[in-house]
Amino acid sequence: MPINESLKKILVLGSGAIKIGEAGEFDYSGSQCLKAIHEDGLKSVLINPNIATIQTDTRFADQVYLLPVTPDYVESIIEKERPDGIMLAYGGQTALNCGVNLEDSGILQKYDVKVLGTQVQGIKNTEDRQLFKDQMKEAGVPVLKSKTVTNFDDAKKAAEELLYPVIIRVAYTLGGRGGGIAHNEIELHEIVERGLKASLVGQVLIEEYIGHWKQIEYEVMQDYDGNNVIVCNMENVLSMKVHTGDNIVVAPSQTINNHEYHMLRSAALRATKHVGIVGECNIQYALDADSDRYVAIEINPRLSRSSALASKATGYPLAYMSAKIGLGYNLSELVNRITKSTTACFEPSLDYIVCKHPRWDFSKFELVNRKLGVTMKSVGEVMAVGRTFEESLQKAIRMLDIGNDGLVLNRTNGTKYSEEEIEFKLSHHDDQILYNVAIALKMGISVDRIYKLSAIDPWFIEKIQNIVNTESKLKESELDESVMWDAKKMGFSDKQIARIKEKTPDDVREIRKKLGVIPSVKQIDTLAAEWPAVTNYLYLTYGGHSNDVEVPSDEKGIVVVGAGPYRIGSSVEFDWGTVNMVWGLQENGEKNVSVVNCNPETVSTDYDICTRLYFEELTQERLLDITEFENPKGVITCVGGQTANNLTPGLAERGINIMGTSAIDVDRAEDRSKFSAELDKLHIQQPKWQAFSNLNEAKSFAQEVGFPVIVRPSYVLSGAAMKVVWSQDELKTYVKDATDVSPDHPVVISKFMLNSLEVDVDGISNGKEVVIGAIVEHIDSAGVHSGDAMMCIPPWRLSNKTIETINEYSKKIALTFNVKGPFNLQFLIHDDHVYVIELNIRASRSMPFVSKLVKTNLISLASKAILDKPLPKIPENKWQKIHNYGIKVPQFSFMQLDGADIALGVEMQSTGEAACFGDSFYDALSKGLTSVGYNLPDKGTALVTVGGSVNKEKLLPTIAKLKNLGFRILATEHTAEFFEEKVGDVEIVHKISEPERKPNISDLLYEKKIDFIINIPSTLSLEKYVGMLDDEYQIRRKSLELGIPVLTTLELADSFVKTLEWLKTNETTKNPIEPYDKTE
Amino acid sequence: MVGYTEALTDPSYNGQILTLTYPLVGNYGIPDPSEVDSDGISKYFESDVMQIRGLVVHELSETASHWNLKMTLDEWMYNEKVPGISGIDTREITKKLRSGGVMMAALVVSDTEIDVDKVKKELASATHYDSEQFMDSVSTKEEKIFGNEKESVVVIDTGAKNAILRNVRELGYKAILVPWNTTYEKIMSYNPKGVVLSSGPGDPQKCPDTIDTAKKLIENNVPTLGICLGAQIIGIAGNTETYKLKYGHRGQNKPCVNLENNQVYVTSQNHGYGIKPKSLEKSDFKLWFTNADDKTVEGIKHKKQNCVAVQFHPEAAPGPFDCKFVFEELKQLMEKK
Repeated sequence: MPINESLKKILVLGSGAIKIGEAGEFDYSGSQCLKAIHEDGLKSVLINPNIATIQTDTRFADQVYLLPVTPDYVESIIEKERPDGIMLAYGGQTALNCGVNLEDSGILQKYDVKVLGTQVQGIKNTEDRQLFKDQMKEAGVPVLKSKTVTNFDDAKKAAEELLYPVIIRVAYTLGGRGGGIAHNEIELHEIVERGLKASLVGQVLIEEYIGHWKQIEYEVMQDYDGNNVIVCNMENVLSMKVHTGDNIVVAPSQTINNHEYHMLRSAALRATKHVGIVGECNIQYALDADSDRYVAIEINPRLSRSSALASKATGYPLAYMSAKIGLGYNLSELVNRITKSTTACFEPSLDYIVCKHPRWDFSKFELVNRKLGVTMKSVGEVMAVGRTFEESLQKAIRMLDIGNDGLVLNRTNGTKYSEEEIEFKLSHHDDQILYNVAIALKMGISVDRIYKLSAIDPWFIEKIQNIVNTESKLKESELDESVMWDAKKMGFSDKQIARIKEKTPDDVREIRKKLGVIPSVKQIDTLAAEWPAVTNYLYLTYGGHSNDVEVPSDEKGIVVVGAGPYRIGSSVEFDWGTVNMVWGLQENGEKNVSVVNCNPETVSTDYDICTRLYFEELTQERLLDITEFENPKGVITCVGGQTANNLTPGLAERGINIMGTSAIDVDRAEDRSKFSAELDKLHIQQPKWQAFSNLNEAKSFAQEVGFPVIVRPSYVLSGAAMKVVWSQDELKTYVKDATDVSPDHPVVISKFMLNSLEVDVDGISNGKEVVIGAIVEHIDSAGVHSGDAMMCIPPWRLSNKTIETINEYSKKIALTFNVKGPFNLQFLIHDDHVYVIELNIRASRSMPFVSKLVKTNLISLASKAILDKPLPKIPENKWQKIHNYGIKVPQFSFMQLDGADIALGVEMQSTGEAACFGDSFYDALSKGLTSVGYNLPDKGTALVTVGGSVNKEKLLPTIAKLKNLGFRILATEHTAEFFEEKVGDVEIVHKISEPERKPNISDLLYEKKIDFIINIPSTLSLEKYVGMLDDEYQIRRKSLELGIPVLTTLELADSFVKTLEWLKTNETTKNPIEPYDKTE
Repeated sequence: MVGYTEALTDPSYNGQILTLTYPLVGNYGIPDPSEVDSDGISKYFESDVMQIRGLVVHELSETASHWNLKMTLDEWMYNEKVPGISGIDTREITKKLRSGGVMMAALVVSDTEIDVDKVKKELASATHYDSEQFMDSVSTKEEKIFGNEKESVVVIDTGAKNAILRNVRELGYKAILVPWNTTYEKIMSYNPKGVVLSSGPGDPQKCPDTIDTAKKLIENNVPTLGICLGAQIIGIAGNTETYKLKYGHRGQNKPCVNLENNQVYVTSQNHGYGIKPKSLEKSDFKLWFTNADDKTVEGIKHKKQNCVAVQFHPEAAPGPFDCKFVFEELKQLMEKK
């Protein structure tokens, strides 16, 4: 069936801000979808408030609305744009839920909008637990057996039927608390009794326990005609025990045989056909490790993190193909994008093993539980390609950029455990689990014992044994050719080998190259070399002896280094930077631009973007391998965030031409003392600071300037190990932490200035001219990490004089540091004085925001600067003449992080951001807040608890306003006392820690009698760090779990209440963003 | 990545050195060869012996892990006295085969320097694969009967996989396996409801007796299904021509279009020869399936008689089960009659 001719304009829903479970993969899938629509000459309209994405550039979509993906907003756009069809599968669960809602409320029907791809009934068939079970039964696909019970006797019967062990899940409680695994009747009794009490409805679910089963996934494509194929299958190394998002995953599956593979494959095709999938879906199975019994766990009727991974693992662009199918094509009409000659209706065969490894950022959160389980906690992932599992795994670990060089031989080796401790760790997975397997093997614990404890298939444990054995071999033998090959095939890096051989990595590299041990460049071609493929999608491996491709010697290219895994502080905005840099270079005549990156959730790893894509490690060793192969005229490291930036000095020292700002100038900015000296020369102020290598000096400095102080290493990324310190004792602890993060660089301590404003400046320079993108003001006061702060353009609290000073300083600094490319400056405004906090000579987090609002693509300009081309004439202070307000609001993912405290601090904690534009500050802000999940009620009840009398005083006008708006106000004793006196009519409620006193906050939260909470912790006081204020924490945590908004800063509370006030008499605007101005 | 047990015992691979494109081999080991189903057909193996002459892999899994495991691949090959080699850049070999076509090869293991020229000379004088007569080694010497139902299907063994027998049994018929050169008359003496011409190795022209039998089966309108080599034999019997593909179709991921309903199926394939598309025009057959990639002939149907044939492997093992309906097609022919 060819394209559906009735379609002219298609609406695509995005996934909004990045959160745990919904990350950059949807920029990739949405962009692919828009590309597929565009190619067919149809118009597309996109709704997505995630400003840092490629899809919200107006390149692929015809109209882009930076608006919340909520039924109300989407309806207003449908009314305005009148699309013929809507795509729901490309914006994660957010888009899917919104689509279901639109269908159920009759809006799609009202405006005659066709759902393209899987119909809403199909979505429901998979999303509704009971419907799903029924559908699977009809399709002859087994599901997990379970029974809901309300008393112990029934529980006992159910457990005997299902056979022990069983898992007990408690209905309607918070975060699955109260459940557990029972191996016998005694345990069952204990857990069921406890669970029945904890459940609000007195129900528990008794379910067969399958934690030790294998977790296998299939990615399915199906068209309207019912043709279907499996594009990829995957196996989770950590079995069913760990959520697939947090699991270490290999593709293809490794430990199942032909019969099992095809049994599950056939079931996948039956199941997806039966529920009515059109396009792409993911089906997840549990497979018994001791028989061929299996159950289907769930079907995701949309593009997902797994599908992005599968696309990158196979070279088969699932989202693109799925969109084409949605438009009406059938599979056999579509062409394999890699071979460009064979059909897309086939199943890729791989000749490598892919290893996906999650990136967790537990250390960013206080009190967080690092245990891995059925809730996803990771914030990003990497994918490594190799020809052995060992190679892929160790590559993946390096790609994570967490300071580890592989599974063994790391900088910090040597945690020692007793047998009892290690056995506990093996059966209780956390982010260290595979390292612990290696440790256990070294302790002599058998593979079988480790399997019994960890439920990791022995095959994987044996592979880890190979790594451990190779380590000993390296230790005992000379570095001859055979040892070197063995180590490299097992994925050891030069750094690991150097460490054990007490040499430098450069020495090892030299020895290795002399021995002729060098990696091969291989293609990812979807068909294991069976047909010729012209693909530019490449990886490097020691599992081969010849290269698949050659680099034409007549054309010297440019290599752009990407940003690696998404994490807190480095997210989709750096992918936006990478991709725009590639496009910028191409538009300026560069024909040969290659990309190196290792994050499967990105657009930059779409092989259509560049000349050659290396899906590779962002390590010095690998970059040198690639540059030796490519022989490029230069490497660009200024768009891939701090990961890429950190490679600059090492590559430069080894003779690689760093394009853009020179490595020397980058170092002048990164090294605190050099940077400071330059500022002194320019007579530009900075907060008082000093660098230390010993604690006593640090202590006396802190004493001198007075606490609080900020402690950080001199090379920092997003406040890693950056802490506000309030006392001498803490200083001791944090100085130690900071040196762990960056041992090669000293620790810097600076005065923390309370009550000041923070400002970001993004700009571009070519060494002669400087373009200021915009001055961005933080709405939150300094101290809240810039990545967590709400930001506004134009600034609305700064005087003209201050703005002038900032402008002047920025230009001076950019020229002094010979910036060639992008830069970002952070200022502190205290008592009308402008202080410089830091200079980052690279693309920044806020550049997509600035670029889109000001309609000047800063990265495009940067590409010109890097190529030594003149910058186009951009009106002086263009950003000040923009008629719009733009506000960027952070998105947090605390819900997923069991135990994490949501109070903000100097460590960045947000996982993403949304930005909306409007005619006024509150127009933009209300849309921004809605975008990140705040419900903006027009009436209701607010709970107020504020720590410290200064804060109470400051909050007074806000509470008065709230009162005026007709909100009922509840407060804890001291807070109530204060506000009762000032505004009157405040009701007292009691702390969670005093449950016997009523009315109690706990009850009110459960009964959902509170619409939002203003909870200003005494963050910036000594208390928080001396002893955790448990009660405040409890409130924040509980309300979070119940989905009640909590406002934890004075600025946010104030803006929130003013927004509510504004909404009483105004309506938000709904305009598409304007494309970038043509620069030439 | 899966299916080495099945492939290595598939008689179609008789006489070949097999190179696997997937780099990790042997992960789940080998099941028990002596395990049979209620009919006495091997549960996991496609024939009684390892059929290949040699195996080339990138990495051999020295240990294996699976609930259904009896031994490692290495142990099995040792027992079967079939040589193999690991540590090879199999992608590079695949690329050689892709451009040079299937070729004669030697596996040489030596502690000392290998004299490549000498090996090449020996190889040049060795019996060429194309001229080998495989039937003596792959076909059963005597009839074998599986099941005791009244109605039966005869399977002509030109190197049949056990999966063909299993599928016939699943249809509900007694399966009678007969030697490749069994005459039409002998076959009809079993009074079968239908006949299956099995898969197998080599050039179909090397099976004149079977071609003869096929001609008579068609002539007398006996419900017949040909699979792979069997399809080529039926093709020749029905006046089409066969040819050797540059490099055959080998894999479990081959898309085929059913021209009757335009549905696309993913099939398991292993054939070096095929039916010339052009030659169908003047034959008694019409095209049934084509390969979605290179449009080669993947299935034919007789224009008048009850005879169908597919070039791919509907019996799977290894590979997908998508085309099991082909056996149902045979059943319909048998019931129609």
